Amino acid sequence: MKFAIALHSPAHAPSSRRALLFAKAVLAQGHEIVRLFFYQDGVHSASGNVVSPQDESDTAAQWRDFVSTHKLDGVVCIAAALRRGVLNAEEAERYSRPAANLSAPWELSGLGQLHEAVQTADRLICFGGP
Amino acid sequence: MAKSLLIISRQAPWSGPDAREALDIALAGGAFDLPVAMLFMDDGVLQLATAQNASQVQQKDLSANLQALSMFGVEDLFACRTSLNQRGMPPTGLSVEPLQVLDDPQIAALIDRYDQVITI
Repeated sequence: MKFAIALHSPAHAPSSRRALLFAKAVLAQGHEIVRLFFYQDGVHSASGNVVSPQDESDTAAQWRDFVSTHKLDGVVCIAAALRRGVLNAEEAERYSRPAANLSAPWELSGLGQLHEAVQTADRLICFGGP
Repeated sequence: MAKSLLIISRQAPWSGPDAREALDIALAGGAFDLPVAMLFMDDGVLQLATAQNASQVQQKDLSANLQALSMFGVEDLFACRTSLNQRGMPPTGLSVEPLQVLDDPQIAALIDRYDQVITI
């Protein structure tokens, strides 16, 4: 089965970790993830600047590793990301901001990517809230 | 055939970007000519209140964007009657047209009818 996964919560929210565990289970069961779409506060789950205490799990880093390892299509909504200060190098330069905190494997793109995923996938699974 | 998408908008208009971001999904879907619908429930029905004065809270008025839904071809718009009742809002004269006000069993049937659902 083809899954699209939307995440609306930041890396420190348990729902971000749940989404990651779900995504891993999807692949472990032999299903396909057509796209991960990070929207709303979910853009923070893609930030490269999250620093977790040493004795806590680093969900943002785990997301990054997961997407890289499985060569998944990881899309971060550009409008939601700009609003929350999650910028790649190109956007940081465009808006004259001092730092970028988003890089590969993540890609900044628009809501059209969410709709395309909705059309492509058999199931859209959303994670948000606490 | 294109898959249908129901967006359930549950947050008040001035409680952060949630209402705006739910609406943006619907507008983007309309721009791509996809079968999208919006259901306003819980505090989301407050988005439908008329005579809001957004500038009082230094915000941009969301109702102009709501009006844009029909221009983008998004005309399947629903509101939860229970949520309206709980907030003392009448089921008519709300800021969005056309709007169908649904009872709880109708909402269950609505969610069942759509291929995919996003709740914000």
